[in-house]
Amino acid sequence: MHKRIDGSQRRRIHGVRCTAPKPAAADRSHQHCGKYELRELPLQIDWQSYDPGAFHDEMIEGPGAPRSTAQQLAAYLESLDRKDLDGKKLAARLAIKTMGISFTVYSDGQNIDREWPFDLIPRIIAAREWETTRRGLEQRVRALNCFIHDVYNEQKVFRDRIIDPALILDSVNFRPQCVGIQPRHKVWAHICGTDLIRDENGRFLVLEDNLRVPSGVSYMLENRRVTKRVFPELFENHRILPVTEYTQELFDMLASLSPRKQAYPEIAVLTPGIYNSAYFEHSYLAQRMGAELVEGSDLVVEDDQVYMRTIGGLSRVDVIYRRIDDLFLDPAVFNPESVLGVPGLFQAWLKGNVSLANAPGAGVADDKIVYTYVPDFIKYYLDEDPVLPNVPSYRCCNDSERSHVLANLDKLVVKPANESGGYGMLMGPRASAAEREEFARRIKANPRNYLAQPLISLSTVPILGEHSAEPRHVDLRPFILQGADSYVTPGGLTRVALVKGSYVVNSSQGGGSKDTWVVMGEGDAVPGS
Amino acid sequence: MLSRVAERIYWQARYLERAENTARLLNVFSNLLLDLPDRTTLGWSDLVRITGASETFAQHYQAANETNLARFLISDPCNVSISAMLANARENARTTREVMPTEAFEGINELHYYAQSAAGKADDRSARNEMLEHIIESCQQIFGMLAGAMSRDAGYAFVRMGRALERADMVSRMVDVGARKLFAMLEDPAAPPEFAETWQGILWMSVLRSQSAYQMYRQHVRRRINGEDVVCFLLHNEEFPRAVIHNLTTISKVLPRLPNHGEVAELVNLARIELKHSHVPELVERGLPERIDHLQIHFAAIHDAISRTWFLPRT
Repeated sequence: MHKRIDGSQRRRIHGVRCTAPKPAAADRSHQHCGKYELRELPLQIDWQSYDPGAFHDEMIEGPGAPRSTAQQLAAYLESLDRKDLDGKKLAARLAIKTMGISFTVYSDGQNIDREWPFDLIPRIIAAREWETTRRGLEQRVRALNCFIHDVYNEQKVFRDRIIDPALILDSVNFRPQCVGIQPRHKVWAHICGTDLIRDENGRFLVLEDNLRVPSGVSYMLENRRVTKRVFPELFENHRILPVTEYTQELFDMLASLSPRKQAYPEIAVLTPGIYNSAYFEHSYLAQRMGAELVEGSDLVVEDDQVYMRTIGGLSRVDVIYRRIDDLFLDPAVFNPESVLGVPGLFQAWLKGNVSLANAPGAGVADDKIVYTYVPDFIKYYLDEDPVLPNVPSYRCCNDSERSHVLANLDKLVVKPANESGGYGMLMGPRASAAEREEFARRIKANPRNYLAQPLISLSTVPILGEHSAEPRHVDLRPFILQGADSYVTPGGLTRVALVKGSYVVNSSQGGGSKDTWVVMGEGDAVPGS
Repeated sequence: MLSRVAERIYWQARYLERAENTARLLNVFSNLLLDLPDRTTLGWSDLVRITGASETFAQHYQAANETNLARFLISDPCNVSISAMLANARENARTTREVMPTEAFEGINELHYYAQSAAGKADDRSARNEMLEHIIESCQQIFGMLAGAMSRDAGYAFVRMGRALERADMVSRMVDVGARKLFAMLEDPAAPPEFAETWQGILWMSVLRSQSAYQMYRQHVRRRINGEDVVCFLLHNEEFPRAVIHNLTTISKVLPRLPNHGEVAELVNLARIELKHSHVPELVERGLPERIDHLQIHFAAIHDAISRTWFLPRT
């Protein structure tokens, strides 16, 4: 009995030391309390000297002046000394390593499982502003789904001359095999990751819609978990909208697609396997949903029904959340070389015996040229005004716009229509003359494949640098679900260009990420209540 | 449960258990050698033999001495070292995260990184002991987390089967080496007969210790430690969780949770019957090594049947 009391006391003391905000100071002195000790140490973060330059900074409005939603966070960060901050950094790195949060990079013929690059300082978005953004995202995905369904069915959008049919029917993402299909709820893109940026005025703009196999949501969820481990004390003073219900929402959405009416539809996440860069995410989502994580070789199609090979024999699958590109889904229909897919899967889907999310062919709207038409689609299909604006864009397939692009290559960003991950782009203002010439040649050779946009001065947020807080550019990827109902993540995945001045936020190219908080102010009501 | 997932869970449990047993073995062996006089014929090469990796060892190392053995078994990139086993366990865990309790994965992940970083401690005896003990504790902890958080469904059945079969196998190897060394000592003309009994005691005590069996043995067998009783205890004791028969029983008990378990059940039963009917005093006199070889053939057959029944139906 005596021992027990002793043990619990020790644990309690230990607990206080671990979570108290000033462990360093408390350790050092028996005489002073932590506060006094702290003032004698050099501070590491000083918002007075933080300078984002001409960019819109989301946290700091002017020298030493945090925006109203970020005031508490800014003050808290300023109160930490170097030792605290170093300790927090280390704690975050350890948490990421222990939790096994990783992404895979393929380089030099080898797959490397790398730790997820994470910055400690959360990014803050006001709940009121987010509410508008959320509506805009929902609206956008609704319109996109109307468009995809129309393209594969009635094709009204062509007859009404909203868009040139050639732009769609010749697209590499158009799947003639899907014509005439009626998926449940007429939804094709069930999971969408839409990339947003803020311009120099702090306004959210849509950069692109990812409708094929958007990834990153697991990192959004894990970023929150890491922040909770490292800064538990911050969560007491802020009203931060939780993100954890995403996997539940995803599960419900997928279940709503089941072709069989039964209480427990069998849902599987189809992954290309452990060498895929997003394997961590596939496994994570399957785990959180209690779904099976399957590889192509785990599935077999018999009589147009899809089965998994289990220890008890074959077992029927109702819904597949596939994380494999269309062209690899079924070697019998698409790429015959694919070893990732399942022969007969497409036919089973055609017959309505299995649901695929996203539906094959949904990628037809994941195209940077189609992107430029989304505001038109919103008006055409929904008869609404777009809530979220696009980045102004020039279509190179249009003669006059192309001439403008070619004449202004040094001022514009040129993007290929169908690349993801930030590859194959030209950053005009930063490119060499030779690079610009090369792009001019490519544009002339294949105008359909390019669009150009002015270089938007991306907003910045502070990251914890070596010596102080430093401004870095960010974007934001919220995730939108659409099945019978729709759902938008509060916030999303913030990607940050860790290199000073860089706009490249992709984790495969030196980007990192941050936890993203949608924070309610004093008078805000809980959304949805 | 997917066949592929079942297979990985099973192997993950086997690798974890193998890593733990290898750590035990190395720890006990280091201590044992301190107790035995220089002239005994027990040496580091015996340790290689237990792990069944003599050939691999010979390819990479020249002398079977303490440093080489410790490096070989702790950090060598080949498959028999603890760090390689933990890397395998972790890889299997990484690909079955969706069915494993998160904390167990985190435990395995952490242990893997620990083993990688602790490779340098192989040379120094006291650092090594500390490291091996940490590994043993962590493995126990991970199995504890699995036991505490996994539903008693097919997934957990594969954890238990993998662990039990690996354990039975490792224990039988330990008994085998103990017996072989005993014969060698008894026949060694250089060994002063007056010490033979003491050495025997020390040897068998170490075998027991390597399986954390010393205390339980003492409670069950109330007389001076001798080979016959130890072998009997480690092979035949139904109550002791590391005894071979106990582990075979464990497998039989989890089988009803799995579909189509007929063939495996039959093979396990066969192994149990044969084990029960072997008469230990005679075995220790002569024929124990052959008998152990025979047991291992049984284990291999059980493994093959498990694999055939639940893992293989893939194209």
